[in-house]
Amino acid sequence: MTNLLIIIGMSIVTMVPRIIPAFVVEKLQFRPWINRWLSAIPYAALGALIFPGIMTVIPEEPMVGIIGGVVAIILASFGLNVVLVVIGAILTVFLFTV
Amino acid sequence: MISKRRTEAQIEPAMENEAGQLHMFQRGMMTGIPIMLGYLPIAVTFGVLAKQAGMSLTELTLMSLLVFAGAAQFMGTNMIAVGTGALEIIIATFVLNFRHFVMSLSFMNQLRGIALKWKLPMSLGLTDETFAVSALHSEEARKENGAFYYIGIIIVAYLSWVLGSLLGGILGEIIPERLSQSMGIALYAMFIGLLVPSVKKNLRIGLIAIIAMLINAICVQLGLSTGWAIVIGTVLGGMSGIYLFKENEQ
Repeated sequence: MTNLLIIIGMSIVTMVPRIIPAFVVEKLQFRPWINRWLSAIPYAALGALIFPGIMTVIPEEPMVGIIGGVVAIILASFGLNVVLVVIGAILTVFLFTV
Repeated sequence: MISKRRTEAQIEPAMENEAGQLHMFQRGMMTGIPIMLGYLPIAVTFGVLAKQAGMSLTELTLMSLLVFAGAAQFMGTNMIAVGTGALEIIIATFVLNFRHFVMSLSFMNQLRGIALKWKLPMSLGLTDETFAVSALHSEEARKENGAFYYIGIIIVAYLSWVLGSLLGGILGEIIPERLSQSMGIALYAMFIGLLVPSVKKNLRIGLIAIIAMLINAICVQLGLSTGWAIVIGTVLGGMSGIYLFKENEQ
């Protein structure tokens, strides 16, 4: 019963911040500088999501995550499809954890 | 005759429209495949851990259905296992997931012109990963039936997450530990695979990402929780775009 309460509570506090912008943004016209800010958010978010989190892939060995990341950068800069980039990085980490 | 003609004319675009919607939906699903690859092992692990923490199969699947946020679910499960109070768990979830508010603002601004009835489910399906993939395919929003493209991405991610959790709860550790540990790199590699092509087109994008990384790292060093560190890194890092995107006005 308590677990159910926790799940519903977690659901509400997760859903509300996600859904509010859907209602709010429609009603607002942003100035150009705010639009530039918002259009930079995806790239900033990607940066913040990648680092330093990538070092925790193998918690005791932060370098393994970094090496996997470097391999991903190299594969992606060759123009490979994202699926192949992901598989390449998984294989790299797999080989390094032998 | 006239009326027959009119009905034909009405039916044809409707059918074309349906085919167009399906096409966009399928393309979105294909785009979502890297997310599936990253989510499955994590979702299975979540199912296993949640079961070990004493949650029932129904509860853990319900959590994936209703919360749909990986990091928060792992945290919540840990807190349930050690007997933390409900309110504390819910507040911690709010803090950890508040970053989605910032992402949703950016995503919804990109989706202007798409009807609210589509934007609502799309906002609820927003995770770090669906946002990253969707935001980097922003050109689809301006195409006809663009909403179906994003719905396709989200459905693939959502089903992988929910079914993966269920599988983990039923079958236990079906993925060998070494492999699932290696697959922990998958989502990071996906983020990199999304970022690099944009950086190749515009080096300033790389600068924005690096600024956000550094701000995030500093915040973590200062002892802030992961949730706030990512929010601050994203908001302040994005601010550099106000200046850096000035010339190539989008």
